[in-house]
Amino acid sequence: MSSFDELEQIREQALAELADARTTAALESWEDRYLGRKGEITQRARLVGQLPQEDRPAYGQRVNEIKRLLGQAFEARAEEIKRTELATQLSAEAIDVTLPGRPVIPGHLHLTTQALRELYAIFGKMGFEVYEAPDVELEAYNFDLLNIPEYHPARDMWDTFWVKDTGEESGDRRLLRTHTSPGQMRAMRERCPEPIRVILPGKCYRYEQITVRSEHQFYQLEGLAVGKGITMTDLIGTLTQFARLFYGPDKAVRVRSSYFPFTEPSVELDAACIFCHGAGCAVCKYTGWLELAGAGMVHPVVLANGGYDPDVWSGFAFGPGVERPAMLRYSVEDIRLFYGNDLRFLRRF
Amino acid sequence: MKIPLSWLNDYVNVADLEIGALRQRLTLAGLEVESIEIIGHAGAELPWDPERVMSAAVLAVRPHPNADRLVLVEVDYGGPEHEIAVTGAPSLYARKGETGLDLKVAFAWEGAELYDGHAEGWVKSRLKKTQIRGEPSRAMVCSEKELGLSEAAGDIIYLSDDTPVGVPLVGILGDYVLDFEIKGPFGHLQSIYGIAREVSALCNRPLKRDPLAVAEAVGLKVASGANFVDLAIADPSLCPRYTATLIRDVEIKPSPLWMQLRLQRAGVRPINNVVDITNYVMLELGQPLHAFDYAEVRPRPGTTQPAIVVRPAAEGERMATLDGEMRVFDDQMLLITDGQGAVGIAGVMGGLDSEIGDDTRAVLLEAANFNFLNIRRTGQMLKLTTEASTRFGKRVDPDLTLPAAARAAELMRDLAHGSVDPVIADLYPGKPERRAIAYDPTLANRILGIEIPLPDQARILSALAFEVVDDGATWTVTVPSYRLDVGLPVDLVEEIARVWGYDRFPGTLIDEELPPLRRNHALEAEEHLRDLLMGLGLDEVITYSLIDPVDETRLRSEPDKALELPGECVVLQNPLAPERSQMRRTLLSGTLRTAWANLRYLDRIAIFEIGRIYTHVDAPDASTGQTGVAEPRHVGMLMTGVRDPLWWQTGAATREKLDYFDLKGVVDVMLDRLGLTAKVQWARPSEGKTHPSFHPGRCAVVSIGNRALGVLGELHPRVRDNFDLPEQPVLALEWDLEVLLDAADVADAEKQIGRLSPHAPVHEDLALVVDEATPAVEVKRAIEAAGRPLVTEVVLFDVYRGEQAGPGKKSLAFGLSYQAPDRSLSDRDVVKVRARIIKTVEKELGARLRGS
Repeated sequence: MSSFDELEQIREQALAELADARTTAALESWEDRYLGRKGEITQRARLVGQLPQEDRPAYGQRVNEIKRLLGQAFEARAEEIKRTELATQLSAEAIDVTLPGRPVIPGHLHLTTQALRELYAIFGKMGFEVYEAPDVELEAYNFDLLNIPEYHPARDMWDTFWVKDTGEESGDRRLLRTHTSPGQMRAMRERCPEPIRVILPGKCYRYEQITVRSEHQFYQLEGLAVGKGITMTDLIGTLTQFARLFYGPDKAVRVRSSYFPFTEPSVELDAACIFCHGAGCAVCKYTGWLELAGAGMVHPVVLANGGYDPDVWSGFAFGPGVERPAMLRYSVEDIRLFYGNDLRFLRRF
Repeated sequence: MKIPLSWLNDYVNVADLEIGALRQRLTLAGLEVESIEIIGHAGAELPWDPERVMSAAVLAVRPHPNADRLVLVEVDYGGPEHEIAVTGAPSLYARKGETGLDLKVAFAWEGAELYDGHAEGWVKSRLKKTQIRGEPSRAMVCSEKELGLSEAAGDIIYLSDDTPVGVPLVGILGDYVLDFEIKGPFGHLQSIYGIAREVSALCNRPLKRDPLAVAEAVGLKVASGANFVDLAIADPSLCPRYTATLIRDVEIKPSPLWMQLRLQRAGVRPINNVVDITNYVMLELGQPLHAFDYAEVRPRPGTTQPAIVVRPAAEGERMATLDGEMRVFDDQMLLITDGQGAVGIAGVMGGLDSEIGDDTRAVLLEAANFNFLNIRRTGQMLKLTTEASTRFGKRVDPDLTLPAAARAAELMRDLAHGSVDPVIADLYPGKPERRAIAYDPTLANRILGIEIPLPDQARILSALAFEVVDDGATWTVTVPSYRLDVGLPVDLVEEIARVWGYDRFPGTLIDEELPPLRRNHALEAEEHLRDLLMGLGLDEVITYSLIDPVDETRLRSEPDKALELPGECVVLQNPLAPERSQMRRTLLSGTLRTAWANLRYLDRIAIFEIGRIYTHVDAPDASTGQTGVAEPRHVGMLMTGVRDPLWWQTGAATREKLDYFDLKGVVDVMLDRLGLTAKVQWARPSEGKTHPSFHPGRCAVVSIGNRALGVLGELHPRVRDNFDLPEQPVLALEWDLEVLLDAADVADAEKQIGRLSPHAPVHEDLALVVDEATPAVEVKRAIEAAGRPLVTEVVLFDVYRGEQAGPGKKSLAFGLSYQAPDRSLSDRDVVKVRARIIKTVEKELGARLRGS
């Protein structure tokens, strides 16, 4: 057999073996066998010196060609095997993608915090800033200055926790605020004679037996606007905007006359029942309406007590609930869940 | 307040108004109708079929041929033939054998739905054609229970004698009862008449009846004195008016059905005619009345004429009230006395001795007016609230005593066969001036924002019985005597607005100069912290500010070890319960109780609370608005239970409990986010200064500069037991939020970021051996200080104690990152800094390089 034929035979054999190589290891041994330093092709290249002079260029050229050809075939095969091996590996690595992920423990904000923030955001859009006042209040601020003198029947609207005297008394009685309205007086006395636009959030307390529907501690938020031309229609407009931002753009609102000692005229704002949309159901006691907020024009006595001349200034105040809208929205039937802090409840929000 | 529509219709025609529309009109005008009870009409619990339930007359009662206890009654129900019905009603049975009767009854025909009079509770059944002891029966005469009027099932009801037969019963006894929820102290709205006046104005209908005309109609004469009573008022400011009427020869018996039904529908239980009449008139006109047994009213010593003197009590004076209680009075409480002593507490409750009884023959009827604040004070002081005191407490028109007395006299005459003394004794020393308001009608526009035409304003005021005199720019508006709630021009604006109708008001937005805008930085920072802690996996709780004083004791591991709480406790004078009797001075107990309550259901608790604590700091001062109570905000955190939730890779067996470093980890990140990591000082409390609530060796007292932040630690096992918590670490923290947020503000103001280095850092480890007592944080800070500015991060990754460290020593291994903003660092740079660090820690902390 001529050296050339032998060369071709090696080429054919190498390609055949390459096609049979299934693993990286087989591939490596093939490479050693044919293309390595002691491989068949390398050895054949060394034989060039033993050939007749005239054959040498052609032989050398052919060896190089085959070397290149096998090198290319090797690369291609290697790539193929790598792909197959990767595919095998990946298929072996398959997991049950439905298994639960590694737990991350989220925290939650209290439902009241979320409700308050929603109110802050809505009234913030309308230029109301948050003003905070103390929980332990002077009787004068909680009642007298708000046009509710001692023994006045209007005081019956609030069952009050009184604070025990400490001994060194000035005669000014203290209580746990029964509503956030004393904050109105504080805001007015602090800001007078500026116009005012504030919301007053906070914990309030009432001497009430704790039941599914009533708590001795709850949150209130009320708004106060004082200016030189503020009117009832402004109040209605503001609260209508509020209802639409809170419940949705199509929310129907109605205003009816009401009574609060610190507003005159006083009104109550109702929004169409969120359950029956006005048709009448057990939640709205078949009226079709749910109370949205008590409100009114600031009573002239209150304005004057705050330092504002009622002949020049006017204002409105309003107080939407904090817990109640959330209770209605999420069908929470027991107000005690709020401050009883059952985490199973709080984590739902 | 329950108002039967049939009664209201006596005063103003409402019969033709659609009930829903009436409700709407009244509700929008401030007379909120909370609910409507329907009796007999469509929509009622038991509607009375107009074709099957009707009035009828019993003409004769005959024996039942087969039953001893039953009778057959012949009934004229307006049909072509008389019907025979079977009944066992005792009052008819008693007339067995009588004929020629004309007893008006409620009659039900086959097919009518009624309540079963013999069943327990309320069971509806349909009347069927049947046989009762062999006698055919397809109709019946009805009891109150069968009609759903009351639970009385013992006998049938009788309609008044003038009732026509064959008329649907619903037209006679059917009704709508409006339940009003009227907010506010409005004496003038506490009666049928008061509501009728409103309906008249709101629906533009005339009043049908004038109570003022009754006295005249009954032929009564009014005089300041009468020969049957010696009347005196000691203090007209407390008792502006006292009106006494004498009715002799009354016959005490049950009231007629119509009155009983009206009382029941208004929520008052019928008793006897005299008592019922006083209640009836009170409900109708709003004037509380009191009936004395005239025989028990004693003359003054030495005289014979029975006397009534209204005077303040002597301090310590006593009297037994109707409810049998002995009451002791102070000298501000007003009494009704006779010639010898107290017979009643004015406007609150009568005395036991002068009570009306079955043998009462003559009634002295009191219709008086009292100072509302005084009545309220007395009621509150004596803890005694009655229908009368509630009404007086909401202000009653003093002009009302006379019409009420006359109306009651009229009813006593008609329903108790009483003979009314022709003179009504009426003392009215406190007659108020007529009140007039100078009203500028442009005020309505200024307050309301809409233009209500002047003629409309005047029309509305007139409809509400205000007298309007148009003097030009300003009107003189005279207030009706009963509108004791109206005194200011703006009160008139409200009247105008509510009658005009708020449904006619458009909404506008404030067209006003915006007040100077301010940020509420304190709140923003607080809310930011909430978000931060939520992001760190804690659940927010809001607990009660009112706590159990025992909880402060429970927070102490040793009974004699004082809990250092800031300031004096704010205690309630009238707590709901001992468990809610004082304001909290710490958030710890609230979070501990929350943990306890939740551990019933959950195995991992991680919570925080941001809220105020309350302490006395000063005397209150209303003139400055100082409450004398400090209410600083605190933040509390608590973690306990398993560290990780159950998960399939970790399995159930190896679940570890949360420990000190879990909470510390949360706090470390919080401080980092607030920029305070480097500013906070951590220390274990020194011996003798340990916190009574915490494990003495696992508690850190934390401060910033010279301001104390608070504590963080593992709860003392005894305290854990005191709160009934399981045997596992309970980690808690309570810090002063004001201090924390102030420091965060400063840190934020100082924060400078500069340029971030584009060069890769060089990492290197450094193990240092220090004394066991040396806090790791000090070593870390020393490294940071000495390594500045090239050392950019120092992380402690191992703490080793043992042979290689030596006794009383520990080895701390830190990973250091070196980085320069402007170049890649060489080994030479690092070696230099490293040498400086080692020198510093050797000198300052006595540390040595491990292995050296």
